[in-house]
Amino acid sequence: MTEHSISITVNGEKRTGHVEARKTLADWLREDCGLTGTHLGCEHGVCGACTVTIDGDAVRSCLVFAVQADGAEVVTIEGIGGSDGTLSPVQEAFRQCHGLQCGFCTPGFVVSVTSFLEQNPHPSEEEIREGLSGNLCRCTGYQNIVKAVQMASEEMAQGT
Amino acid sequence: MKPAPFEYHAPQTIADVTSLLAEHGDEAKVLAGGQSLVPMLALRLTRFEHIIDLNGVDELKGVSRANGTLSIRAGTRQATVEHDAAAGAAVPLLAQAIPLIGHFQIRNRGTVGGSIAHADPASELPAVALALDAELEIAAKSGTRRVPASEFFLGTWTTSVGEDEILAAVHFPVWEGSSGFAVEELARRSGDFALAGVVAGVQVDGSGVVTKSAISFLGMAPTPVRAPSAEAALTGTNPSGDDLAEIARLAVGDTDPTADVHASAEYRLHVGAHLVARALDRALGAARS
Repeated sequence: MTEHSISITVNGEKRTGHVEARKTLADWLREDCGLTGTHLGCEHGVCGACTVTIDGDAVRSCLVFAVQADGAEVVTIEGIGGSDGTLSPVQEAFRQCHGLQCGFCTPGFVVSVTSFLEQNPHPSEEEIREGLSGNLCRCTGYQNIVKAVQMASEEMAQGT
Repeated sequence: MKPAPFEYHAPQTIADVTSLLAEHGDEAKVLAGGQSLVPMLALRLTRFEHIIDLNGVDELKGVSRANGTLSIRAGTRQATVEHDAAAGAAVPLLAQAIPLIGHFQIRNRGTVGGSIAHADPASELPAVALALDAELEIAAKSGTRRVPASEFFLGTWTTSVGEDEILAAVHFPVWEGSSGFAVEELARRSGDFALAGVVAGVQVDGSGVVTKSAISFLGMAPTPVRAPSAEAALTGTNPSGDDLAEIARLAVGDTDPTADVHASAEYRLHVGAHLVARALDRALGAARS
């Protein structure tokens, strides 16, 4: 099978590679870039664990082939916090509110919520629940994730 | 890697897409937003020798309005239309239906034309296209043709788009005058495919009498379906609560729901009638206000 040369900016760093067309962006990030923070749950677009942003839009990286992201800017969970390890407001709020237990789904939630709050900085609780509907969590029962989004929204409003 | 191997093509123009389709026929599949096709490839429910990616075709992107028609190029992302206030004002059913498609991450990638060409009977945009008598612009190497929505949906996942053709644009009529619209659906969880749903539009005159109406269902037959007998019963009347319940009963008579693990056919008929009454009540309220 033909391999394709790709060049993708991941978390601000340009990365190049050769991929089979059928390799998803999620697999390329994990296997070729070693960025294993992007988790794979269902691998068919249901669970949201693999959420990353492509050119600023949150998408499921298991439903995009790496070759399709050639030339794009991708941000993964590794690019959300500060390079010195400081947590982003969303990450800090998840920690404060106990918005995670096993943590498997958390990277997808954090990337999704970060993008969601950029689009809608002051969401109602109903909007938050709608915004979270594309990510599955099997531990928390979601209540503390909703609280974390509310806290992050308030923190970010104060910070601006 | 979960999908079977394929040759990847990234054409830049519609002409290049249709040439590739003419060359590869049924061994090729076009890839739009990929929110249905990629899962099917990953689960190996389907496989193709050639995948033709439409995402680099600029001619397939954009929204425009002219002569009472809102035209959406097929590759326009659902989120783009969702956040386009002018498009939503022109065709309110799009503004109401698109937020019900999947989740925002899906709509960031999924396209308007992809959803309509995929023709899942439980999806929203095919029912909107059918309710509004949209025209589907189909491109082939030999040229383009237009098909009315009433002739477009042939069966579950089957449309009148041929092997060597693509859906290039969707042309939605803009309703003038005092009009109101509503989408009502029942899904088990937010973002799931609906068990049953209805799309409704009404236009009223100064005294509240219905001058035009459109009702279509999703999830109630192998394709989206209109409810012509209910539309006829509604038009020319000034209906209120009890009338709407009767019109709703008429409407579900034009459907042919099936049973699956989530709902019986009888349940879908029951729910469908309530959704029609609710949607008409809301649409009439908006039209009269």
